[in-house]
Amino acid sequence: MAKIDLNRLEMPRQEPAERAKNFKEVALGFSPEQAKQEANRCIQCKKRNCTVGCPVSVDIPEFIKALREDNLPEAVKALKNKNSLPGVCGRVCPQESQCEAVCTLNKQGGAIGIGRLERYVADWERDNKARMDNKVTLPPPSGKKVAIVGTGPAGLTAAADLAKLGHSVTMFEALHVAGGVLMYGIPEFRLPKAIVQNEVDFVKSLGVEIKLDSIVGKLDTVDELLSNGYDAVFLGTGAGLPMFSNIPGENLNGIYSANEFLTRVNLMKAYQFPAYDTPVKVGKNVAVIGGGNVAMDSARCALRLGAEKVYIVYRRSKDELPARREEAENAEEEGIIFKYLTNPKSYIGNEQGSVKAMECYEMALGEPDASGRRRPIVKPGSEFMMEVDVVIVALGTTPNPLIAATTQGLQTTSHGTVVTDEINGQTQKKQVWAGGDIVTGSATVISAMGAGKRAAADIDRYLKSQG
Amino acid sequence: MYKIVERQDLAPNVHLFKINAPEVAKKAQPGQFVIVRIDEKGERIPLTFADWDTKAGTVTIVFAEAGATTCRLATLNAGDSIENFVGPLGVPTHTEKFGTVVCVGGGIGVAPITPIARGLKQAGNKVISIMGSRNKDLLFWEKNLRACSDELTVCTDDGTYGRKGLVTEPLKELLASGQKIDRVIAIGPIPMMKFCALTTQPFGVKTIVSLNPLMVDGTGMCGCCRVSVDNATKFACVDGPDFDGHKVDWNLMATRAKGYATEEKSAMAKSQCQCHSK
Ligand SMILES: Cc1cc2nc3c(=O)[nH]c(=O)nc-3n(C[C@H](O)[C@H](O)[C@H](O)COP(=O)(O)OP(=O)(O)OC[C@H]3O[C@@H](n4cnc5c(N)ncnc54)[C@H](O)[C@@H]3O)c2cc1C
Ligand code: FES
Repeated sequence: MAKIDLNRLEMPRQEPAERAKNFKEVALGFSPEQAKQEANRCIQCKKRNCTVGCPVSVDIPEFIKALREDNLPEAVKALKNKNSLPGVCGRVCPQESQCEAVCTLNKQGGAIGIGRLERYVADWERDNKARMDNKVTLPPPSGKKVAIVGTGPAGLTAAADLAKLGHSVTMFEALHVAGGVLMYGIPEFRLPKAIVQNEVDFVKSLGVEIKLDSIVGKLDTVDELLSNGYDAVFLGTGAGLPMFSNIPGENLNGIYSANEFLTRVNLMKAYQFPAYDTPVKVGKNVAVIGGGNVAMDSARCALRLGAEKVYIVYRRSKDELPARREEAENAEEEGIIFKYLTNPKSYIGNEQGSVKAMECYEMALGEPDASGRRRPIVKPGSEFMMEVDVVIVALGTTPNPLIAATTQGLQTTSHGTVVTDEINGQTQKKQVWAGGDIVTGSATVISAMGAGKRAAADIDRYLKSQG
Repeated sequence: MYKIVERQDLAPNVHLFKINAPEVAKKAQPGQFVIVRIDEKGERIPLTFADWDTKAGTVTIVFAEAGATTCRLATLNAGDSIENFVGPLGVPTHTEKFGTVVCVGGGIGVAPITPIARGLKQAGNKVISIMGSRNKDLLFWEKNLRACSDELTVCTDDGTYGRKGLVTEPLKELLASGQKIDRVIAIGPIPMMKFCALTTQPFGVKTIVSLNPLMVDGTGMCGCCRVSVDNATKFACVDGPDFDGHKVDWNLMATRAKGYATEEKSAMAKSQCQCHSK
């Protein structure tokens, strides 16, 4: 057996100074040689920790094996067997806390770049469609109709699986494009929209109908869908309601929720204003409040729009940053300034009602809280001012209450999430399933996909039991 | 795509579109609105229902050329289509038998107040309506509003038609006349709604206004539409658009409405060029 190689191969990226000025994808992907080199490091463990670490149990050693044997069609198959959106997951999954965390080689700090390889295989498939025998043979129609509400990763995954099982699937989407957060939230430079569109087109190619501009609960309600001929409904409406901190001055102009800022930039293409009609404030000194992926994305968008200084203002320390490590590092390289242990107290406006400064507290870390992270506490008398003209509040989101409010007998928690049986996504209401952020609160693409998959299987069992 | 089946020019720079949107028409209720996006490059703007026809499957909107998008919208004609038309959004205007209700429509606010007056009348209320505009040329829908009202007063700022003066004057007289007014509903420009609310406040008559702040999604997802009511932040698109006019922070409304004044100017410059090159 060859000697173990612990040298994780870096993936080529645009240079920080260059990429901070454009919206093109940061990571450039492996070359075929690089992919093979990285794949060759895999020791093909008998005990497949990585597969266990993957929320949808992709047979990782299997796809890597095919890749290094130059059998890319086989690698694609092994990957897509469990993961219908590999091009997305290879780019945005937090591998460092999932498959790569439990990789045998990670004990010595040299985990295989599983995400990078996944991305390579997915991109190969996209570029070599003709060489793939991609035709899915659909079984004869089951005669059953399923409605899927929301076209994020949870809904898309459930739709694809149900269509492949022969059910007639209709998706309803509130916005004017399908894809959920993948389209309106995660920026182009991290997840090119063409890749998401490719996945949406694939789902459509399975015969799934996608109705855009269609808000369930405003047009038909879930109950109306059920009485109008749908045999089952899957709710994948995400957690789209932004939280604010309710401190003085938060409604000044120039203060955005991350959802609004990112929607303007990504979905409405405000970075191309005035060629596109939707404007966004560019800002000279931008503060982003929060430390998750959403905060990183907002900060990096603000920088690319042309802000001079962009701060991440986070109330805990670097060790507690909830963002993917790679993205926090990318942000830092690009020149985002991290202000740890800092929390805003109030916002101060100018005569026109626009924000001009932010008063902050310094924080210290106390005992661990319910989340296991150390609780931030205000240092008395530590107030100081920061000059800012754009503020982006990225403090998390909760599910939109519309579905719960308009659906009879759907049970929700105090956080507004829908209660399900956890495993199959069955809600308290007959014929209705739910999965993704609407159940977990904001989580990850892969967990939403996993939930969509399990619910699809359970819906299929239910539909078959109905004869 | 949503087809424009009819266009009417109601007044200079004020247009009516009847749009084919059967699913929206089926669910529409007074006081609700739609989000419109003209095309791939367009922004999403809210427009309140002026009318709808469930049978024909159409929804009517009335808009004034006020910004880049509404100016661009005005270049479209019957037969053209718009890319997106999402609704019905927001909470419908609360309608029940209150007794006597005064409906006030200012400027293009006359359009959305008309179905509300009709709904209130159907619910068994006595409806007294007041409509106003800057001058005679800008008036429209007098007949429509009259048909839904027991009484109608028309005002123009310059006296070129009807009574000379602002809508708040007949409103105040009504309140002071001793007749019992159970509710006032006012729709129009921000200052007009604000002054209607200030007029009714001393009389303690509940006054509902329809707020139309900037919006993006219109579904509660972004918070662009933040307003402050009774010192609490609300999202107008899902918590409203109707609010208690006595509790609205009008200064915040006014400043947030101007949030993109600079950007709007540059976009207007662009759209002007487009119009001229046509
Ligand atoms: C900026 C940002 C960055 C992120 N980065 C990462 C990352 O790097 N890695 C990662 O794994 N995760 C990341 N996440 C989280 C991840 O995107 C979500 O967990 C995931 O998208 C949830 O999927 P979902 O299918 O449950 O819902 P969503 O993707 O939220 O999709 C829900 C869809 O339902 C629609 N909808 C809502 N209500 C209705 C209705 N009533 N009728 C019709 N349609 C409706 C919405 O418009 C939306 O399109 C990020 C999130 C954001 C916001
Ligand atoms: S317009 Fe986005 S929340 Fe109201």
